[in-house]
Amino acid sequence: MAETYRQLREYNNSFNILLVLHVVVIAIGLGAAFYMEHNGHVVTGMNNQVVWGLPHVFAIFLIVSASGALNLASASSVFSKLAYKRFARLSAILAIALLIGGLVVLLLDLGRPDRLIIAMTYYNFKSIFAWNIILYTGFITIVGIYLWTMMDKTVARFNKVAGWGAFVWRIILTTGTGSIFGFLVAREAYDAAIMAPLFISASFVYGMAFTVWVLITMCQATGHRLLTRDVSTKLRELFIIFIAAMLYFTAVQHLTNLYAAEHIGVERYILWSGSVFTWLFWVGHVFIGALLPLMILMKPDFGSSRVGLTSASILMLLGGMAHIYVIVIGGQSYPLSLFPGMEVTSTFQDGVFGTYMPTLPELLLGLAGVSIAMFIVGFALKILPFLPSPVEEDQ
Amino acid sequence: MKIVLIMQRLILTLLGVSFVGVSLLAFTGQASAQPAWMPKPPKAIGGQCDLDPKIMRKTHMNLLDHKRDQTMHDGIRTKKFSLKNCIACHAVKDESNKFVTIKDERHFCRSCHDYVAVRMDCFDCHASRPGDAMNKAAKAAGNPHDKSAGVSSMGKAGDTTVVTLRKFIAGEAK
Amino acid sequence: MISLKPDQIQPVAQNTNTNDGKIRDAKTREDSSRREFLKGSAAALALAPGMTLFAYGEAGAKPAAQAVTNKSRWGLLIDAAKFSDADVDACVKACQDENGWRDNGRPLTDAQWIRRVNLKNKKTEEKFSLPMMCQHCAEPPCVDVCPTGASFKRKDGIVLVDKHICIGCRYCMMACPYKARSFVHEHVEDQKEHAPRGIGTVESCTMCVHLVDEGKQPACVKAAPRGGMVFGDLNDKSSKLAQLIKSVATQQVRADLNLDPGVRYRNI
Repeated sequence: MAETYRQLREYNNSFNILLVLHVVVIAIGLGAAFYMEHNGHVVTGMNNQVVWGLPHVFAIFLIVSASGALNLASASSVFSKLAYKRFARLSAILAIALLIGGLVVLLLDLGRPDRLIIAMTYYNFKSIFAWNIILYTGFITIVGIYLWTMMDKTVARFNKVAGWGAFVWRIILTTGTGSIFGFLVAREAYDAAIMAPLFISASFVYGMAFTVWVLITMCQATGHRLLTRDVSTKLRELFIIFIAAMLYFTAVQHLTNLYAAEHIGVERYILWSGSVFTWLFWVGHVFIGALLPLMILMKPDFGSSRVGLTSASILMLLGGMAHIYVIVIGGQSYPLSLFPGMEVTSTFQDGVFGTYMPTLPELLLGLAGVSIAMFIVGFALKILPFLPSPVEEDQ
Repeated sequence: MKIVLIMQRLILTLLGVSFVGVSLLAFTGQASAQPAWMPKPPKAIGGQCDLDPKIMRKTHMNLLDHKRDQTMHDGIRTKKFSLKNCIACHAVKDESNKFVTIKDERHFCRSCHDYVAVRMDCFDCHASRPGDAMNKAAKAAGNPHDKSAGVSSMGKAGDTTVVTLRKFIAGEAK
Repeated sequence: MISLKPDQIQPVAQNTNTNDGKIRDAKTREDSSRREFLKGSAAALALAPGMTLFAYGEAGAKPAAQAVTNKSRWGLLIDAAKFSDADVDACVKACQDENGWRDNGRPLTDAQWIRRVNLKNKKTEEKFSLPMMCQHCAEPPCVDVCPTGASFKRKDGIVLVDKHICIGCRYCMMACPYKARSFVHEHVEDQKEHAPRGIGTVESCTMCVHLVDEGKQPACVKAAPRGGMVFGDLNDKSSKLAQLIKSVATQQVRADLNLDPGVRYRNI
């Protein structure tokens, strides 16, 4: 049998153009971050009611996707699905890259990004946020070791252990990310244990959508077929299951919140009021992010074709952004209930829906996070054999 | 190829020589009279500091850090090593008889930090000049000559302003 | 007064109270707020409000070199019935003057350590207002979530932000049920020397900790109408605050969250 993996050597110009494009986006994004840090968050749309804005949406989206990007590697190492083994390396490096991209955005949106060293040396172990910092760095380390056991024959015997380690770690990591919201008693939209499994199911969808997107981009760039018909069909089926799971958890999240009388207000605001979040939820998350891809994927032939998988992946990613936006921004926009039974007003946005209008620098920083992830993957493909070698089978 | 190698060596040698030269200059400079480009921190109002200046120069950041945690977390508000008191004692006045902020390069902290290119973020949050109370004390004692004398007058012993401010810093005047 | 040289005294606070932390909080809550206050007499009802402005009684200021302990827990009782809109605004103004935060004309991003909350009872149509600020919880959610420990509760119950280690992640603002915290969105100049505040960090009411340490009262308390705000030691049974809390009906905002705020209200 010929080599299973291959270093990226022959590719057409579109790949170079893509890399340059990513570098440009990264440079612009870093400039935007500097602009925000220099002037303070007053130049962003964030304020004292909506304290986390678009950068957090991007960061959380990328971090959640990072965990899901490991799907194909986990499937091969942990669940012994050998069909995915060829994609395991790419899946692992993509996971690391997405996480780094997300973390960079998260870091650069801090009020004091210059104090990174403090975030790494002062730990409050009661804080789920502090635990997440450990989970993120641990994820990069463990997946790094996992990659090593995949690529170095002398340590290949540890591959199974490392694969299991990475699998368990990624589940904990997404649980941790979901818990950032799950532990907030003050905000009615959050404060539910369901946030953790919801995030895990979402990570399966978005992470794999990123994986497929990268794979198909690389098909384009190398002019080779990287996916067999068999694998395409399997991916199609996996997507259907994962989307269904995510829809299920989303439904349970909202239904349980609706059952609690005091939370009906926030559910009405998100699901029914006609606010921007209502549109983003139904049109963005549910229709574009789930139903439309489902419609595509349900057609066996089209759904496992290159065009079908690509369009479904892109739709899922767009829907994913809407999904996280509704959770992060929508949840904050709903006013805190300080005095039940009273009408509350003040000069500090008490009792009113918080306004948030994302600004250009925030968008640029967020996009830079995506580009950082993609650039890392592109660069890695060029220097080490991460890519599966082309399949020869005819369609 | 060869030319490039020679050029490299030449540049490296030049760099080395200039480095040694500068170091020697700095060394001899410290031993004898201060050369013009050495920092000249303005004299403190309160006279001798809590510790020997040589020790303060090296350890002031650690002392301030330690004190900051004591004050912040335990409410210990003694004057020794408190930033507020350091600022009061090391205050510098400008031509218009006002205490300068960190924006002015004559500020005590900047006089040295600019030179060593070490960024402080103390004054992102902290006031970099004495508060209203000390300002009032200074004004009450201020003699008209101060206006023209400017910065240098601050450290002069016997100056009425300095005497009052010293008392203020020591907690004798309110 | 003890006349030791300040630096001869070691900060001994950590050792004086071994039952520090969570266990202590739970205990204090049980003991001081409920049981002990309830079993006492109701004689304090007769205390004329505003008669002794200094809630400390005989205690006075602590020596500057002495670390704070959990013997005291500072708190406030705010009587909403005593406040007109203008009275609340006077408190806000006093806080601004004392701590140096100000209105920059950008209501969405400007910091507000204390604010006037206008309330209207939906059923009775009754309207009133009250001052709202950090409630200095015994179980503060902001402290729990802070990744670096910058949000912390002093041993005497005052909840503060250690801006030296605040990275500006704003998770505490997500966690606070009282909307008590503000993020500093822009550069700040001309800070008060006792109230440092700066860009990229989170801040909130400090209960005028610099004044409390000197044995004085918070600025808003001094500016409040007679008897509108009572400041004192919740743990000290003889303090006017503790006496009032045991004798009159007081409320905690969002009492359902069990955070045991140090700021209590009347007549909401």
